Formats: sequence, C-alpha cells, structure tokens
Amino acid sequence: MSRDGLQRLGRTVVTVAVLLGLWQIAFHLTGERRFLLPSPAQTLEVLVERHVQILEHAGVTFAEILLGLGLGCVLGVGTALLLASFRPVRRWLMPVLVVSQAIPVFAIAPLLVLWLGYGLGSKVAMATLIIYFPVTAAFFDGLRRTDPGWMDLARVMGGGRFATLRHIRLPAALPAFASGLRVATAVAPIGAVVGEWVGSSAGLGYLMLQANARMQVPMMFAALFVLAVFAVALYTAVDVLLRRALPWVPDDGRTS
Amino acid sequence: MTPDDSARSGALPFTKPSSADTAPEVRVHAARLDWHGVPLFDALDFTMPAGRWTCLLGPSGVGKSTLLRLIAGLAPPHADSRVTCGTGQSLEGRVAYMAQTDLLLPWATVLENVMLGARLRGEKPDTRRARDLLQAVGLHEAADKRPAELSGGMRQRAALARTLMEDRPVILMDEPFSALDAVSRLRLQDLAARALEGRTVLLVTHDPLEALRLGHRVHVLSGRPARLDAPLTPEGPPPRKATDPALLALHADLLARLEAADAEVPS
Repeated sequence: MSRDGLQRLGRTVVTVAVLLGLWQIAFHLTGERRFLLPSPAQTLEVLVERHVQILEHAGVTFAEILLGLGLGCVLGVGTALLLASFRPVRRWLMPVLVVSQAIPVFAIAPLLVLWLGYGLGSKVAMATLIIYFPVTAAFFDGLRRTDPGWMDLARVMGGGRFATLRHIRLPAALPAFASGLRVATAVAPIGAVVGEWVGSSAGLGYLMLQANARMQVPMMFAALFVLAVFAVALYTAVDVLLRRALPWVPDDGRTS
Repeated sequence: MTPDDSARSGALPFTKPSSADTAPEVRVHAARLDWHGVPLFDALDFTMPAGRWTCLLGPSGVGKSTLLRLIAGLAPPHADSRVTCGTGQSLEGRVAYMAQTDLLLPWATVLENVMLGARLRGEKPDTRRARDLLQAVGLHEAADKRPAELSGGMRQRAALARTLMEDRPVILMDEPFSALDAVSRLRLQDLAARALEGRTVLLVTHDPLEALRLGHRVHVLSGRPARLDAPLTPEGPPPRKATDPALLALHADLLARLEAADAEVPS
C-alpha cells in the first residue's frame, strides 16, 4: 500500500474510533434512561445475533436503492438528451420539471404507496423520483454548456446536429453527469427508506419502525448502521467507477 | 531528439490541395455586421488572392475575428453581404478553421482528434493519412496520447494536423500561435507556412512580425465602421527570416500604422 493509502486508512480508523468513543460517552451520559441510546456493544450484539433477519431486510432496501438508481439514471439521461436536442420539448417540459421538483417527494409518498402497493414498486418509484432530477439537471446543464469553440469547429467541419451531439456535446457533458450521479447516489437511500416508513412489509425502514414500536432501540441502531455502511460503500463504488470511466477529467482532490 | 526538433528536420510529405479543387480566390462583397446595433463594418470589400497568405492585423475589438467568422459561415451576415470564391460559388464545405485555442477534445486521443472531421460527417476516417500527417508535424509518437499530456506547442501542432486532415483549399486561422512561447511560435509559423503552401489562407493576428513572416499581403483593419488600408506586400517566399533587414523596416512601418489605427478605435 502506498504512503498516501496508509495515511488515508489511518485517518479512517481514527475517525471511526473517535465516533465510537463519543457514542460510548453519550451512552454513559444517558444514565438512568438507558432505553434512549444503546451502547456500541449492545448494537453489535444485535447485529450478530439477528444478522439473518437484518440481512434479509437489508437486501430488500438495497434492491430498491439500486433499481431506483438505475431507473432514475436512464430516465434522467433520456430527458436531458431530449431537452438538449429539441427546443420545443425544452419549452414545454422544463416548467413541468421545475414544478415537479417543488413538490416534496415525501408529500407524495403516501400516494405512491396507495397506487403502487406495499411492495417494491412504490419504493423504487420514490428512489427513482429523488434521483431523476439531479441527474437530469446536471446532465442537461452539461449538454448546454458545450465550449462554443468546439461548436464552431464542428460547424465548419460540416458536422450534423446529431453527429455533433454524439461526438462532442455528449462526451463533453459526462463530467457534469458524473457530478449529478454522485449527488443522486448520496440521496438515493432517502427515497427508499422514506417509502418504507410510509408503508411496507419489508426493508430496513420497516425493520426500524417495527423495532421502534417495540422499544427495541439496539435493533434500530443495528439497521441504521447497516444502511449507513451500504450508503457509504455505494457512494465510494460509484465515485471510483466514475473516476475510472472519465480519466481525462482533472482530479480536484480525492473525496473518498 | 525532442518532438520539437523532429518537426523542423527534413522535407515533409505535405500534400498540396487536390488538383480537382485548386485553391480559389476568396471575395467578400459589401460585408456588413452589426454588434449591439453599431455596425462593426459596413460595405467592406475584401479579397484574399488564390493560393496566398493574407494577414489581418488591427486593434482589439475592431472586428478582425468577426470578419473571419463571417467568411467561415459562423457569423450571420447581413442580407447584402456575400462571401464567394473567385468563380462565384459558395465557400461552404471548402474551408478549414483553426482557432486561438487548440480546441482538442480532452477525452479523445491525438489521432482521434485529427480524424474528428470525418467522424462528424459520418465518413470512414483515413487512419493512415492521419498518422502520416502526425508524423509530418512531428507528433507521431504522441498519436495515442490524450491532449492533456502534450505541451502547448505540441497541442497546437496537433490542431494543425487536424486542419490539414480536412484537406480544404481555404484555411482560416484566428491567432493560432498567440498562446505559444516565442521559440515554439517561430517553429510553428515555419511549419504552417510549408504545410499550407498553395492554399488560400487568412491569418488574423496581433503580432506584426508574424504577419510579415507569413503574409503575401498584410492588411490593417481600423476604425468603426472598419476599413482596410492598402496592403503591405513583403518580398520573398514565406516563411521569411525574422532577422531580415527589409522585413524589419516593414515592421517599423506596420507598427506605426497599428499605432495610428489604435488611436481611432472608440473605447
């Protein structure tokens, strides 16, 4: 491992240790009201003892997040391409998009559950909705901001609209798309979990609600912990993949 | 041997424009272009002689680049303006364009950048010719690198190779060497003069010495609406030596004209 890598690992270990320490201190500070906050040890105990159940529910939530991410990206990229290619589409669709974003996804969550049921569908729809806008907005912005010099060059070379889109505007917009995808990856778990809170029969959000109702606070923490680990792992994976896929983009310092 | 050296050495296999499409004279009739309601130029007539370098100097903002863009078909001309070849045909499809920045695509290799025109027109790119041209500009070894790995001079040579790849009889260049250091600039001027021999070239520049080294005709554009003065016609074939006394005398004359032109530009 390189020196940089070792230092990064060291920083991560220290950060985790400090957080665990603070958690332990907070646990002692709660004093008599132990039910408010489990200790790290209690949480770990639940994680180990009930790992089969937790993993089963985690699988459902992860599937919702990944499906939502995939669907949101495909729809977002498609919309951005439509908006960039056809001016009339832009005039009609842009206001609709903005208005749709003004409505909080949380407010329509009960409706989605009503329409799509308690299963996977409503949660995937929630995650898709929450991912769709950052991807669309970032990619469309990238497509709109093509270097005018490149557009001049393409015009003098006799490039058609779609050839110019394919060979110049689209690759030029990929870094902007990557930023949108990073934001989307970070918010995707919100959509899935909120969907599960509103109404579901499986998933980490469901598990937390059930545990909450029965005052099984260590179980809530265990579920939360698994969700956080997955969210961080997903973000890191997407970040690394994007860096590999776009090697020409200047690296503005590591974020992971 | 650095890539910069290899560009200088030996005779280079540059092709003259294909005989079917010999370099034409280019005429601009009654050019008019408004900028925020003020005419940058009005009823401007301008001729670029066939197969020769025409250089355009003038104060910043006088409209040199705009005139070049008008010829390139990039600026919407006024209804009365016409840009034609000497034979009266349209220039469309007969022009290649080189800008101040190299405009290389950062995600594509140097070779892919050189073949961009074919890709954009949906033609099959001629990889062999592209490699030959890269060899000719001294970039053979950089063919599979990305532009970010190249120096400023190498990048502008890649842009020159891309321009040559288009094989158009008319070449429009907007300060293509201005961002380079002095030595790279001289080398690229030499390279461009040989590579573009026989084509009708318009070079917009801020550098009077560059214009005198390369131009068969050197114009100063001045005033608003802008007018062209009578051209200077330096003797001898380009690229001329920068140390030639006759050239330096013309340089002094040209600087005086530019100073006078600068004084007329409304701020």
